[in-house]
Amino acid sequence: MPGPQPSGSPCYHPPSLLGRRAHPALQPNKRTLLKSPNFLAGLRACLPVLPGVAAFGAISGVAMVGAGLSPWLAAVMSVVVFAGTAQLAALQLIAAGAPLGVIFLAGLILNLRFMLYSLSIAPHLQGLPARARWLAGYFLSDNGYAHTIARIASQPAAPGHDEYFMGACTAIWVTWETATIAGIAAGAGIPDSWSLEFVVVLTFTALAVASIRDRASAAAALAAGITAVVGVDLPFRLGLIAAAIAGVTAGVIAERWTH
Amino acid sequence: MDTLTALVLIGVLAVTSFVPRASFILWLHRVRIPGYVQRALRFIPAAVFTGLVLPQLVFVDGTVDVGLHNAKLVAGFVAVGVAGMTRNPLATIVAGMVVLHLARNFVGA
Repeated sequence: MPGPQPSGSPCYHPPSLLGRRAHPALQPNKRTLLKSPNFLAGLRACLPVLPGVAAFGAISGVAMVGAGLSPWLAAVMSVVVFAGTAQLAALQLIAAGAPLGVIFLAGLILNLRFMLYSLSIAPHLQGLPARARWLAGYFLSDNGYAHTIARIASQPAAPGHDEYFMGACTAIWVTWETATIAGIAAGAGIPDSWSLEFVVVLTFTALAVASIRDRASAAAALAAGITAVVGVDLPFRLGLIAAAIAGVTAGVIAERWTH
Repeated sequence: MDTLTALVLIGVLAVTSFVPRASFILWLHRVRIPGYVQRALRFIPAAVFTGLVLPQLVFVDGTVDVGLHNAKLVAGFVAVGVAGMTRNPLATIVAGMVVLHLARNFVGA
């Protein structure tokens, strides 16, 4: 991390957590990040979805133990991998006798949407120091991404989108890991009749509705939804990838049409 | 599952979840994305989230069911309405779960 430089230099762009507005006295460190109003705003924005995240985390904790993983290894997997759907799918695959190569491929495909998020959020995180960007790479979650990108869309000129992102992802990560560990500890104690897994669907429903802002994004959602339903039997959840491609294409076409 | 298999599995999954997420944030950020791609990117959230949700609402035991006795679909409809009116995820989740259980108990699906 470079030390303070002459602030009179016209070329000086501090790689600050606070972005280009940062005063050199506010060099990035954990203390300024945790106290940053943008970081806290990101944390707060995620509060409404935390019960849903906790529910899914608890479910995957229960499911990991149910799939035959010892509680300690399940906890290690949750912290190291931090990808609920990929973890659960991989455990099902390995129980079915799938080779590691297939699990590797399935894991990549299930996480392909994160590559789309990464592509979309990366320009807003380049003000972060390298170490924080490694953490951001690990941290990136559906909800953290969704909240940050919604803020970028509605208030493009607002400061500290990177700090907001770190705040949102921290809220999700802490909740997810705590709930997963609790789920692992609880084992199969939660009755199936509660249908807690449906909370996940409802979480994404709220996120989908929030992301539909105009006719073009509604067209994107419609095309993606239909494609996902039609393509549900495609192997390795390729239906979701096909849906993403169809949705983006429909959105672009709809935008050209309305302008 | 033995410990070695589990550790190898964890390693494989760690790679498959870190590499896609970190890809553009860490390594490919110098790749300049043309303007029309940037504009197209804004459709990703609506597309992916809807693509995740809709199959889980309309499929019952592997076949499409769009009738009123599909409790998940009814709950999903209500959730979309609540999300649209309140823009509040927690209200959406609570309404959806209540309707799901009501629909299961009273409609029998």
